[in-house]
This record gives sequence, C-alpha cells and structure tokens, in this order.
Amino acid sequence: MKRRKKWVFGLALASAAMACGAMGITASAEKGYTYCYDYWGDVQYSPDAYETTGVFTSQELGLDVKLSSPQGMFVAGNSIYVCDTGNNRILELTRDDTDSIRPVRVIDSIKGDTDVTSFNSPTDVAVGEDGFLYVADMNNNRVVKMDMDANYVMEFTKPDDVTFDQSISFLPAKLAVDTAGRVYCIATNVNKGLIKFESDGTFAGYIGATPVSYDWVDYIWKRFATQEQRENMENFVPTEYDNIYMDYEGFIYACTTNVSEEEVDAGTATPIRRLNMLGSDILVRNGEWPVAGDLYIGSGGGYSGPSLFTDITAMDNDVYIGLDKMRGRLFAYDDQGRMLYCFGGNGSMNGYFKQPAAIEHMGHDLLVLDTLDCSITLFTPTEYGNLIFDAIEQFQDGFYEESGQSWQSVMDLNGNYDMAYIGIGRALLRQKQYREAMDYFRLKYDEDNYSKAYKQYRKEWVEDHIVPIIVIVLLALIVPLAVGRVREVKGQIDRADIFQSRNIRNSGRDRRQS
Amino acid sequence: MTASLTRKEKFDRYLKSLKFALYCITHPFDGFWDLTHEKRGTIAAANTILILTLLARILKLQYTSFLFIRVYWPEINIFLYVASVLFPLGLWCVCNWGLTTLFDGKGRLSQVYMATCYGMTPYPLIQFPLIIFSHFVTVDEAEFYTVLSALSLVWAALLILAAMSQIHEYKMSKTIVATIATGFGMLVMIFILLLFFSMISQGIAYFISIGKEILFRM
Repeated sequence: MKRRKKWVFGLALASAAMACGAMGITASAEKGYTYCYDYWGDVQYSPDAYETTGVFTSQELGLDVKLSSPQGMFVAGNSIYVCDTGNNRILELTRDDTDSIRPVRVIDSIKGDTDVTSFNSPTDVAVGEDGFLYVADMNNNRVVKMDMDANYVMEFTKPDDVTFDQSISFLPAKLAVDTAGRVYCIATNVNKGLIKFESDGTFAGYIGATPVSYDWVDYIWKRFATQEQRENMENFVPTEYDNIYMDYEGFIYACTTNVSEEEVDAGTATPIRRLNMLGSDILVRNGEWPVAGDLYIGSGGGYSGPSLFTDITAMDNDVYIGLDKMRGRLFAYDDQGRMLYCFGGNGSMNGYFKQPAAIEHMGHDLLVLDTLDCSITLFTPTEYGNLIFDAIEQFQDGFYEESGQSWQSVMDLNGNYDMAYIGIGRALLRQKQYREAMDYFRLKYDEDNYSKAYKQYRKEWVEDHIVPIIVIVLLALIVPLAVGRVREVKGQIDRADIFQSRNIRNSGRDRRQS
Repeated sequence: MTASLTRKEKFDRYLKSLKFALYCITHPFDGFWDLTHEKRGTIAAANTILILTLLARILKLQYTSFLFIRVYWPEINIFLYVASVLFPLGLWCVCNWGLTTLFDGKGRLSQVYMATCYGMTPYPLIQFPLIIFSHFVTVDEAEFYTVLSALSLVWAALLILAAMSQIHEYKMSKTIVATIATGFGMLVMIFILLLFFSMISQGIAYFISIGKEILFRM
C-alpha cells in the first residue's frame, strides 16, 4: 500500500513537471502571476485574466535599424504607432490577425513647409479623430501636427504667456488630442498641470493642476527656520503628471509617480486621476482599497515603495489599466474603482518587463511597450478575463440576468473573487430577488448594496404581512385596555353592597380558620 | 449563618440578589449602599453577571449583523478575547482595593469585585437585544445601534463610579480622584508585570544558553 502511494506520488510529480515544461513557454503558468485583493486586503491569487500572445522585439518585427529606447505608443484601429525615441523616428505597425504584428512604414522626416524636417527625441505620438498625426517632438521644443502622409500641417510651440516661465525651454513629453483637435500635453519641468492648446495652436491655459497640500505644522516650522534650513526642507510643489490618456468620452486619465509611501498607507494617494474639462478629478473610488496599485509596498523582492504608474489606458467599458514601472505590474480597475486583477512583474520571461513605459489597448487586448527591452508585449484576455469583461459590459447595457450568469461563470473559475459575489448580488438586486441578493452581499461585506436589498426586502415583507401586523398591534393595544376594564368591573362587583355581607362572613370565617 | 440555610433558601437568596442588580442600575446610590451594607448582593450573582457580560461580548462577534462588526477570524483568539475583559477587571479590583484601603475606603476586595460586576449589568442587558436588533436595520439607520451600544458602556461606567463611592463611603469628588489614581495604578502594575516577565524570561534564557554551551563543549 505504502509503495503504491509512493508510485502515485511519483507519477503526480512527473506529470506536474511535464505540465510545467509544456506551459513553460508562457510565463502565465507560474503561480501567483495574477492576483486580486479581497475585502480584508489579503492577496487572493486568481486564474490569469490575460495571457501573453507574443513579445515583439526588433527581430520579430524584422526591423533593419533596431529600436532604441522607445517611449511612446498609440493605437488607432489596427495600427500601432511607436515613438522610437533613440532613433528619432516614428514606426507604424499593424496587427493583421490575432497574434502577429508587422511593420508598415517608418516616418523619420516631415515633408512640407517646415524648417526642421526631422524629429529630435520624439517621446509620444497620438492620432486625432480628424486623422492627423501629432508627435511630441521633445528636443525640437514642439508638438508637430501632420497628416498621415507625413506632410507638415502646423506645430504647437512654447506658450507665449506670462503664466509660462519663459526662461525654461518647452519640452513636451506626453500628449493627448481630443475630438475637437485640442492638444493636451505634459511638459517636463512644468508643474502647473496639463498644457492645453486650442486647435489653432494658441495656448489655452493649464488644466488639472494638483492642489498643493502641506502640513500646517511644516508651515509654522518654516516660519521660524533660517534661510539655509528652509532650503533643505521639502518644497510644497504640485505634482507633475507622468502620462495621460484620452478616453472615449473625452475625459483624461492622468497618472503620476509622485506619491509617497505615507500617502499610500493612509489611503490618500491619488496616482490615477480622471480629469473633466475643468480639470477636476472625477475618478470614482468606491472600492474597498484605494486606486493606488499594491497595498503591500514595504521592502520585498528587491523593491520598496509605492506602485509608480507610468502610463494608463482606459477601455470603452470604463475599465482602466495602470502600468506600474516599479514592479512591472498591470493593475485593472472597473468604473467603480474596484480592483479587478493585477498581473505582470519584472523579469526576462514573456509577460514580464524590464522597464515598461507605455500601455495601450486594442479592443480588450493590451500592448505594453518596454523601453529597456525594446519590445512590445501583446496580451489577450483568457476565458476568465473575457467573462469578467462580459459581466461588466452586460451590466452596463442593462442585461442584468445575463450579467449575473457571467459572474456565476467567473465564480466557477475563481471562488475567491469578491467582485463575482457582488456582481451576482447586484444582478439579483436588479431582478428584485432581494433575499438572495442579501446573501451574496453579506458574504463579501458590501454594506451599501446589502442595505439597498434589505430595505426593499423589509418593505415587501411588511406589505405581505400587513394583516397579521395590524392584528398584533391592535391586540397589543386592546388587550391591556380590556384587562383593565375587566378588573375595574370585577372590583366594582366585589365592592357592591349586595355582596358585602357575604364578604364579611367569608373573611370572618377565614380569620377563625387562621 | 450560611450553614443553617437549606439549598432552597440559598437559591432563593441568589435569585433575589441577581434581581437586585436590576434595582441597582436604576437606583445606583441607594442600590449599591444596600448591596454591601444590607448584604443584598452575592458573589454568585456577581459571577453570573460577569459571565453574561463575557458571553455577550463573544456572541456579539458571531451574531451581530456584518454592518456593525466584521471579524477577521484568523486573528481571533477566544482566550485572549476573554482575557481582555478579565485581566483589566482583575487589575482594577486589586488596584482599587489596594489604594482605597490606604485612604479610608470601607470596601473589601470581594466587595469591590462584586460592586464592579453589578455595575456591568447594563452591558449584557443592552447588548443581547442589540445583537437581534442589528439584523433589522440598514446602514442609514445604523445610528440607533451605535447610540444604544455607547449607552450601555457609559451607563456601566457611571454605575461603577457610583458603586465605588457607596461601598467605600466616599464623596463623589474623592471617588473620581480614587478612580483616576486606580487607572495610574493599573498602568504601574502592567509595567511591573512586563518587567517581571521579561526578566524571568531573560534569566531562563541565560541558563539555557549556559546549558547549551556546556553541551557543545562536552
């Protein structure tokens, strides 16, 4: 018996090794690649939501001149535009079928009416809805607009305005273009927010400047400090953004790496923001945990400190994915700011990064550009990932029953997934199955939804049992009254004259007996 | 006297003393005076109230609606949880008795314990119904629960204060001073206990290391 057990164990070991060998090609086979935080903030490992479909380096793309520290990327339809910063050129790639990307052309010079016909460290690229190509040509101090055939149209240069410090040069780093052709750009050394240009090239001010926060203790301290001490202190300066993304509704997702460990621990850090036209942050943060990446940011695995979001992309279902350059992870959040999953890491395997710089999405697929590795990693959702998207989209479209079924399928794949329970509960709530919805919300401590369901359940219960409730209430009122009345009458009878003689006689007998 | 009482009489006395707790919580000064001076309270009843308090605290964890209490079960140690009531209670009784004996307090140690336990009566009295009540409210109505829950604690605290003044025959001002002094006394006792345990453990570690050294060299 013992022997046989050993044999079985050996077989299991062998098959496990074989499985590892078979799946070793993709990094996703490794345990702990994808995870999520539960209500308590514990790490719950989950099935992979994305798998690596391919990693495209210069070799795979068949480029004569190898990529050199590419920094920006933009996806329009099936086309992928990559800023090959080190080689001063823009690459246009195309994705023909699901798992291959091939180069279409190289844009390394601008035709037409401009003095500077080449790029100098282009750091970001965008395609407007009008079909024009915008390039943040950093060391030429301009954002250049051209048509698809690389014919010069116009350029956006250093704002001629008192609010812009004229002593510093205009170094556009990242940009986004809205439907009206307005350009929003992040410039190095500018901390007043995003620089906004009208479509005709005029400077239209800054938007989304972060409010300067300071500790009042620091403020008082500074008052008494000497000049040298003051210089050594940290300055109260607004944070600079690191990257922006214009979503399908015209809102700007912005991310910043300027977060402190204390802020993340206190839950006040806002590395990811969604800016409206006025520049206010309208990101919904209804999740149990802040939209700030990893919760456990202490020293570990050679890394220490909060997640540093270097780029962000938002899908049409309001799911947004932030790219953490610290630990090389991708964090996906839904429209309520709840974390869907996190995956990735730093390393050399497929699905891991060396220094990720940009993230874009193509439908539900994700593309990540690595500056150091000079590669593009293509991720496609797995069955699990697709089910989550289905459930979210069905709910948004009002198909609550179908959404509930999709969440049920998600739960079948991952029973430790809080979102699935709450998703089923929300679908049940919409279908007016309050009692069942309450059970799901209770399991995952969703007090607001639970209260919504319970309120309705309580109302229904009272309406269904209105007759017994009224009867009981009436009885509770009438019985004491009736009892009081009976006692009163009884007392009157007892005290009535005609019974007095008998009472006396009885009491007399009692006295004799005692 | 107790020897002459029968079982039935003993039980009746116990029930009466337990019922007396209800009188104490509504008439604290009168009640706590009678508790010791008229011998209307018993240690058995005090123990019962203490056990009910502990039970209320434990059952609260398990049965209160999740809107109010969410328990991370892997971190709950039931013995530590019970000790979190018993240990401060023990410290309080010893420290209070120790201090008040020095300052003309008339209460004995058993009486301090009994009066304190009687003072805790509102806690189980309010918390048990609250466990049930918590299942009939939504987040918007959570205030009712919090207010009632706070009431049970404040009421108990005031009762204990009143109890101390009555059993030691103190004026209210002196009681408050004695209570604050007791609080400091408890801190001092905790400090001494910690010191004691850490020195003992270091002493033991010293001899263990000597033993190990000898074993290595043999």
